[in-house]
Amino acid sequence: MSDNEQLPVWEVFMQQKNGGPHQHVGNVHAADAEIALQNARDVYARRGGNGSIWVVPLETIYASGSDDEAPFFDPSDDKAYRHPNFYRVPKAVKNL
Amino acid sequence: MDESTRNAEFDKRIEEGTKIEPKDWMPEKYRNQLIRMMSQHAHSEVVGMLPEGNWITRAPNLRRKMALLAKVQDEAGHGLYIYSAAETLGASREDLVHQLLIGKAKYSSIFNYPTLTWADIGIIGWLVDGAAIVNQTMLAKCSYGPYSRAMLRICAEENFHKKQGYEIVCTLMKGTEEQKKMAQDALNRFWWPTLMMFGPHDSDSPNSATLLKWKVKKKTNDELRQHFVNITVPQARTIGLEIPDPNLKYNEETKNWEFGEINWEEFYAVIKGHGPCNKDRMKARNDAHENGSWVREASVAYAKKKQGKKVEKFLNVG
Repeated sequence: MSDNEQLPVWEVFMQQKNGGPHQHVGNVHAADAEIALQNARDVYARRGGNGSIWVVPLETIYASGSDDEAPFFDPSDDKAYRHPNFYRVPKAVKNL
Repeated sequence: MDESTRNAEFDKRIEEGTKIEPKDWMPEKYRNQLIRMMSQHAHSEVVGMLPEGNWITRAPNLRRKMALLAKVQDEAGHGLYIYSAAETLGASREDLVHQLLIGKAKYSSIFNYPTLTWADIGIIGWLVDGAAIVNQTMLAKCSYGPYSRAMLRICAEENFHKKQGYEIVCTLMKGTEEQKKMAQDALNRFWWPTLMMFGPHDSDSPNSATLLKWKVKKKTNDELRQHFVNITVPQARTIGLEIPDPNLKYNEETKNWEFGEINWEEFYAVIKGHGPCNKDRMKARNDAHENGSWVREASVAYAKKKQGKKVEKFLNVG
């Protein structure tokens, strides 16, 4: 390992509270998963109160979002009928 | 899409308040300005540990020591959040760290001042972290998503830094004459360097206009500095400290505390490496990097060994 070489990147997902979703909070550099998990705890959970932590090797994440993929969300953008407010019903009716 | 259409579309997104995310197209200048700002910011967090680390072993009691340790540990974490955010722009961590170690990277000039007495630790928490919070609260609204998210996290953590600092100063101001003098002396030394933290006047800040246009910054250096002075003067007065500025006066009309001129010669000298502690800070940073290399090497060796075992197990089964 050269003097300044950086270790692999692990993206960190944290469950803020029990029962909640795991959300991305940042990343850490570490040689293996176990140390990545410890680093993630030290960096992102210093004040406790967290459900659990996932660490995921950066190279395993495949993401959408470059603008060459602009039509990526097209199939769902024009389907207003998938939302409840698309439907017209009498205003007076409750609990619908 | 051609360059000018892309630029126009980008400006429109900024105008609408849409956050820019790592994989979105962005002008090279936007990317480079952010990398410049974020790396300086991250380096400041890292170097900022040094003046305070100087007092961990000499904290006056266990409560103070625990708080200071936790604060310094937070600063390391803050450095990491911002390095991570900078990496999303394509900057390499290796390169950023290298720039710092060879003394090429800039960091906040405030950390090139020495911490001579315990009172300095109080004053730094209150003023330096206070000034940083003013700046970072603005940056939490910046247009680049990862930077803004890092700032939200940092601001939430940094409020304790400021409060523990102010508590130290309050305690000293309730103490002996000597302790009060020590607190006043620390304020006298750190007041002006703290005001310098906000950077040059708007008129002398070449990057400001572009950064404001792109909503990387949402307020100017002078606006932020004025806000800081306005909130800090009453805090000093409440505990009997005197701001070391004969020109300080309250303007009833603007509701601003007007203050004297900053010594910009000093500011530029410290930035150029001629502050009281620039060399010490760089040496301490390089020593820490070198002394920590065995930890990095050991963790790689351990990971390789474990990886080897996994392969061995697989081969045995096969």
